[in-house]
Amino acid sequence: MDAIILQILNGLDKGSAYALIALGLTLIFGTLGVVNFAHGAIFMLGAFTAVTLDRLLNMSFVTIDPTRTNFLGQPLEVKTPYIVSWFGDSIGNGIIDWAVPLSILFSIPIMLFIGYAMERGIIKHFYHRPHADQILVTFGLAIVLQEIVKAFFGANPIPTPAPAAFRGSFDFGVWLGFPANAIIYPYWRMIYFLFSAIVISGVFAFLRFTTFGMVVRAGMADRETVGLLGIDIDKRFTIMFGIAAAVAGLAGVMYAPINSPNYHMGMDFLVLSFVVVVVGGMGSLPGAVLAGFLLGVLESFASMNEIKSILPGIDQIIIYLIAIIILLTRPRGLMGRKGVMED
Amino acid sequence: MSKLILTRRGLLKTGAVAGAGLAMPTIFASGAAAYTNEPKGGTVTLGFNVPQSGPYADEGADELRAYKLAVEHLNGEGDGGMLNTFSSKALKGNGILGKKVTYVTGDTQTKSDAARASAKSMIEKDGAVMITGGSSSGVAIAVQGLCQDAGVIFMAGLTHSNDTTGKDKKANGFRHFFNAYMSAAALAPVLSNAYGKDRKFYMLTADYTWGWTQAASMKAFLEGVGWTMVKDVRTPLATTDFSSYIAPVMNSGADVLILNHYGGNMVNSLTNAVNFGLRDKMVNGKQFEIVVPLYSRLMAKGAGENVKGILGSTNWHWSLQDEGTKAFVKSFGTKYGFPPSQAAHTVYCQTLLYADACERAGTFNPCGVAEALEGFEFDGLGNGKTLYRADDHQCFKDVLVVRGKEKPTSEFDLLEVVEKTPVEKVRYEPDNPFFKGGSLGKCNPGA
Repeated sequence: MDAIILQILNGLDKGSAYALIALGLTLIFGTLGVVNFAHGAIFMLGAFTAVTLDRLLNMSFVTIDPTRTNFLGQPLEVKTPYIVSWFGDSIGNGIIDWAVPLSILFSIPIMLFIGYAMERGIIKHFYHRPHADQILVTFGLAIVLQEIVKAFFGANPIPTPAPAAFRGSFDFGVWLGFPANAIIYPYWRMIYFLFSAIVISGVFAFLRFTTFGMVVRAGMADRETVGLLGIDIDKRFTIMFGIAAAVAGLAGVMYAPINSPNYHMGMDFLVLSFVVVVVGGMGSLPGAVLAGFLLGVLESFASMNEIKSILPGIDQIIIYLIAIIILLTRPRGLMGRKGVMED
Repeated sequence: MSKLILTRRGLLKTGAVAGAGLAMPTIFASGAAAYTNEPKGGTVTLGFNVPQSGPYADEGADELRAYKLAVEHLNGEGDGGMLNTFSSKALKGNGILGKKVTYVTGDTQTKSDAARASAKSMIEKDGAVMITGGSSSGVAIAVQGLCQDAGVIFMAGLTHSNDTTGKDKKANGFRHFFNAYMSAAALAPVLSNAYGKDRKFYMLTADYTWGWTQAASMKAFLEGVGWTMVKDVRTPLATTDFSSYIAPVMNSGADVLILNHYGGNMVNSLTNAVNFGLRDKMVNGKQFEIVVPLYSRLMAKGAGENVKGILGSTNWHWSLQDEGTKAFVKSFGTKYGFPPSQAAHTVYCQTLLYADACERAGTFNPCGVAEALEGFEFDGLGNGKTLYRADDHQCFKDVLVVRGKEKPTSEFDLLEVVEKTPVEKVRYEPDNPFFKGGSLGKCNPGA
């Protein structure tokens, strides 16, 4: 039982990342009708805003310590971050320690801008082109973004730890009445799940309870009529692209302490997120979220040794297997609108 | 108006003449050159085949730095590096056999097909007389096979699978780097001393040639010191989040986790395992431990704090205090500003060893070079006394057992050497079951 609960937690955690990325993807598809293969790269850029802020906070001046030597036997260059020299040891190091949570604030305007620039600069020229063209151009864009990040940050993963207070793990099992040490779960993964729940609720609330959101929803349902009413729907859709980029970026920022960011982390998530969107239903926001968590949990269950001993290799194909079944039996996806992908 | 009349006899004649004409250059060429890409002018070209893009690009970049340094030293530029400490004194700093060393580079992308294509291009278009490099066993084995067929020498870079000098060994291929068997042989006694004789271990293994041979070697040696294996789980190479593989470890009854992972896999699986609190756990009344059999300092950096206290093995480390290491670290560090990685070290040694073998053989002919390398004993290249065994073209030298340093003094100071396992403890016979199958075959000079 404890093993099952542990895998449910793992699944929810993986699902959080899938759901956040897929939410942005489907938001873009639903509003602009664009299949955005650069969305994984946006997730990666989000993680790298955390790396960048960490580097900025660690910007240092160099002093020579003649009493110590470096690996070549020369006097050691000691680096002191400016922030530590300005605010003192405890406050300075405290700020550096909190680089990842601080990156949330840092990344929102950056990701909004990146999304906006991407849509205005490239993607808007492909609205009336076939989906194949859109896929090619956004995929190319993803590769370009990847290579730029690699040129600046190198190919190896860069450790970006969570604040010291949230490192390590806690005994989740005790809360549920299990004996001690039965279900140990890392703090940061729990925070990631809660964070994604807040972001997802925020996006839904924004679309549901604001006038802007209402117009966007109306535009998603019938773009032409909304346009005929004298509303500049394109402008609003561009802003939605920015918001979708910010959601994926935030998913990336918070993911940085879970696995050290590297330049191709976006590609690792991209294909899975597309499967999530297809399973959930193209253009359906609740569908993307539901499918994200569902596939995350199923993937975790499939990697349990008990399941693999019955069906070897199932952990590697489970997600695609579900996608095939859904496409065969219900092409519009779990919560897709009737008619979408069915004609 | 003319009319083209084709007869059967006429066609045959024309065909025969044309065929002979087409074949001419090859006939002349093979008459003129005794072996593939025999250097004719005042220079000799070496082919450096390293990952310049893809996930191992940083290791590839470090290898390339070392290759450039080796070329400088061979041509008599710079401070000479390990040329001054190398026990063989055949190299004079005037190139190889009086010819200035030049090089071309290829990008393996850490993909076997891309690596073969770039090696092929360097041999056929650029006239490389030797190919060296690589940062993965899959790539090394693929390129080694290609070099065997093309008739050039292959000096392997970072490849740790038993198969490179085991079932996939080739007469034209040579490996300076150590292998999975040696890692396991060196680690098992150290682990048993450090963590006790009665331990239960669980393994997560990267699902490809290197992972398999590493897991098999660890299992054999750990069972040899009395440990019991709970389970060996294969993880796909593309896995990024290992949480669902780590979770079952916690309640499996195992008290040691062996991570047969390298590169990005190692960084992620180790980070996940530590975040799940495995290292703070007590199982069977013992402290839970994690082991990473193959360490790389460049990769250890990616795992940050999580490597602290974790045992593993490595081919070489810049903090060693022998004269060869000191000379190499000094010239590399002065040129680039940081110490070299083990990947940089092994490829630098391979370049020097190849050049030295050419000098001693008096030729670039792969068969002459191979003969000079076979059974060659040397010292002064940072690993102590080393033998290039003739039976399988594997170097035999001491193995370093290292531990992630608790209090690093700099960003390079991540590993500390715990023990230098003498070569006698890691030596094996050429017909050892882990290396059986396949044969060197005959050296191929090509042309």
